[in-house]
Amino acid sequence: MIYREAGDFKTGYREDGQTFPIRLDRWAYYALIAVAVLVVPFVIDDYWASAVILPFLIYSIAAIGLNILTGYAGQVSLGTGGFMAVGAYAVYKLMTAFPEISIVIHILLAGGITALVGMLFGLPSLRIKGFYLAVATLAAQFFLVWLFNKVPWFYNYSASGQITAPTRTVLGEAVTGPAASAPAKYLICLGFVFVLAWLARNLTRGTLGRKWMAIRDMDIAAEIIGVNPLTAKLSAFAVSSFFVGIAGALLFAVYLGAAEVGEAFGINKSFLVLFMIIIGGLGSIFGSFAGAAFLVLMPVFLKNLMTGGLGWPTDLAAHVELMIVGAMIVIFLIAEPHGIARLWALAKEKLRLWPFPH
Amino acid sequence: MSEAAVLDAAIVDTRPVLMDLKNITLRFGGVEAIKNISFDIREGEIRAIIGPNGAGKSSMLNVISGFYIPQEGEVWFRGEKRGPMKPYQVARLGIARTFQNIALFEGMSVLDNIMTGRLNRMKAGFLSQAIWWGAAEREEIENRAAVERIIDFLEIQNIRKTPVGRLPYGLKKRVELARALAAEPQLLLLDEPMAGMNVEEKEDMSRFILDVNDEFGTTIALIEHDMGVVMDLSDRVVVMDYGRKIGDGTPAEVRASQAVIDAYLGVAHD
Amino acid sequence: MDQLFFAAEVFLNGLMTGVMYSLVALGFVLIFKASGVFNYAQGVLALFAALTLVGIQQGQVPFAHLINAIFGTHVESFGWTLPSIAAIALTVLVMIGLAILIETLVLKHLVGQEPIILFMATIGLAYFLEGLGDVMWGADIKTLDVGLPQGISDSVEAVTAEWFGYGFFIDRLDIWATMIAALLVAALVAFSQYTKQGRAMRAVADDHQAALSVGISLRFIWIMVWSIAGFVALVAGIMWGTKSGVQFSLSLIALKALPVLMLGGFTSIPGAIVGGLIIGVGEKLFEFWVGPLVGGATENWFAYVLALLFLVFRPQGLFGEKIIERV
Repeated sequence: MIYREAGDFKTGYREDGQTFPIRLDRWAYYALIAVAVLVVPFVIDDYWASAVILPFLIYSIAAIGLNILTGYAGQVSLGTGGFMAVGAYAVYKLMTAFPEISIVIHILLAGGITALVGMLFGLPSLRIKGFYLAVATLAAQFFLVWLFNKVPWFYNYSASGQITAPTRTVLGEAVTGPAASAPAKYLICLGFVFVLAWLARNLTRGTLGRKWMAIRDMDIAAEIIGVNPLTAKLSAFAVSSFFVGIAGALLFAVYLGAAEVGEAFGINKSFLVLFMIIIGGLGSIFGSFAGAAFLVLMPVFLKNLMTGGLGWPTDLAAHVELMIVGAMIVIFLIAEPHGIARLWALAKEKLRLWPFPH
Repeated sequence: MSEAAVLDAAIVDTRPVLMDLKNITLRFGGVEAIKNISFDIREGEIRAIIGPNGAGKSSMLNVISGFYIPQEGEVWFRGEKRGPMKPYQVARLGIARTFQNIALFEGMSVLDNIMTGRLNRMKAGFLSQAIWWGAAEREEIENRAAVERIIDFLEIQNIRKTPVGRLPYGLKKRVELARALAAEPQLLLLDEPMAGMNVEEKEDMSRFILDVNDEFGTTIALIEHDMGVVMDLSDRVVVMDYGRKIGDGTPAEVRASQAVIDAYLGVAHD
Repeated sequence: MDQLFFAAEVFLNGLMTGVMYSLVALGFVLIFKASGVFNYAQGVLALFAALTLVGIQQGQVPFAHLINAIFGTHVESFGWTLPSIAAIALTVLVMIGLAILIETLVLKHLVGQEPIILFMATIGLAYFLEGLGDVMWGADIKTLDVGLPQGISDSVEAVTAEWFGYGFFIDRLDIWATMIAALLVAALVAFSQYTKQGRAMRAVADDHQAALSVGISLRFIWIMVWSIAGFVALVAGIMWGTKSGVQFSLSLIALKALPVLMLGGFTSIPGAIVGGLIIGVGEKLFEFWVGPLVGGATENWFAYVLALLFLVFRPQGLFGEKIIERV
């Protein structure tokens, strides 16, 4: 009875089109932001930051990015890991080449560079569709990882072949490098998540979003009603890669601090982000967050349960975890192919009618 | 549907030509789907294309909407010869259509589907869309208002926010018409708008087609199998059989033509 | 002159690798044709089969690691070793059992879903099987020996040295693997063309509904193709496992088969065969000529980029017919 839309009248198309049409949802959203900004920075510690919160925030960005391409525009990509690597190596080169410029600008530029690379690898999508395209994106994955591994210029000729993030500050506070504190890392990631999620929401609800979804649902009909497939698909690749590139840049610079391309941005990363959007819900910004939260939290939970609770050796726990993640994917696909977002929507639907059955 | 709805042939003949198809030939490999067909569509008329299955009607519509490029012949639109164009460019000239097997965007709501019909009228730049401020928001609201008028016109207010995938067949057909109308086209192509409908739904659809033609002055070209409907709705009829044109004229003329009767009754071809 | 012989040797080696690619790609094609499932788990299936074979052969206790962790015991091995033939036969049974389980637990519940959902389900399956293989048999690298000859073939070297004045270095295992793979490819083609089950399989591939209406059991066909895929995986697992040990990287052969499929088409048996050969030879020659200039390891991506470029210019693949789009 409390959660309802009756009495919450919309008198214009502007109100009708807002993100949270139900008043309680709006309040919940504002409350969440307040907690994220006013409470979390003061209680966050290194364990929570590195085990849960930072990966959640960063993978949320990557998941939103992939969801734009796959969930909204219908172009399946298995190259997410490779594009994250582009973001990471771009930010590394920029950080080391122009230390006097703000890291925030570097991260945005890294996203822009990734967008260009994404468009390049998106070109075949004009000719290749479906599975063929999914497999073709693997070309990006393997080629990019190989490139960053084999061309020493990308890792500044370091002996280890690794890239290591130097210390950079925002407003006098270190956000990268060993001196960065958990709250500072958290806040910079939160800032990017907040702005990018808002941009994604705007892009997907307007003209561009409709073009993407039209291409996804029926590309031929979309073209006949006036959607230019070239610009629709390439813009999806560009926007998606921009997000994914920023996620890669944050993952390397803020979260990992040092990275080796094959290990940090291998094909497993592509699958991880893909799983996030499947479990969370294709074509849903909320689903991207839900999927990221689920796949970041579940391994932490399982690990604590099996190694901490049951005292199993870590390698056994890791293998059982693989089985459980795999099984979860299959179970989710069977039970609810539209992911957590759909479950959430159904629950809200029920709640809206409660206590009446219909 | 009274006889009054059908314009007098003499009136149609004085109207300017909107689309002129000259000697169109379309081949798929060795198969000739359309053989040297010419006809015109005049402003404000309802032009029907009829013929038995496999006569090449849908291919003809696909040529008009730019989905197929004919190997021979010319397409003139509004007095200009149309060069080789992509379908989306043809749409921007003001030609909208519906499909024989409904081609709606199943994952989107009715409202979003109809809004896609207005994509070519929305010019806000990428940045404006990204921050949802200025042109993007203004356009969204203006176009939403236009779409709502079409929703009212076609009486589908109650399903506005329903995902299209959940709608029954008849309503999907109506939503598809709404999407085409949203583009405010000069030429509206309808590929079997009444296929698979019951009598009541057909009556509704006929009423909508006549209203569109009357109220908006939209020129309509349609393919239909139901002869009664064709004779009632259309001003002039083209008859196709085996990729050839075998008749062209008012419904009364066509009905009287021996070639057309033969095609429908299945006289052997020589 | 030597350079040319070198290239010829590389070419031959590529051809033999290509046959293996063809074999794995064929596993994909069979499942795709019969059930519309793009089976990403094919490679992990090969890893799982090889792990199981080694485990059975050496009398390992399945799930020993897990049992020990839960009950605090120290079971490791039954203390016997089985002859290769018996172990292979048992592994085949395990793979058939696995096919039945996959059909019952996964595929049956996903009938009618979009192909992309099915594809993602097989990625989930791949993760599960990878974990299962490790939990069942342990994750350490294992050596697999079912008695296939190994080492450089002296006779080939001697004969070619006599003919050309240049001795070709060719691994005996490769020769055997090529022959077995070629035989298996021929057998599979014959099976699908000339047997009743093969015809039923092709009927299902053409049209599920029509096949059902003439009394073909979808369930049986699916279990059959997954069993065949399991068998193909086992053969591939034996070859690659013998060559470079049974370890995680074995599952990556599936990734090598994917560009083969792009090139040859997901539904074309000749496409899989020819595509495999082209990619096997192409990547070896590319690595031979261009690899040294760019730092090597081009095999990681060459096949993909080749397939990608090829498809951009010919979207219907090697043997596909020109696509006519309809609305």
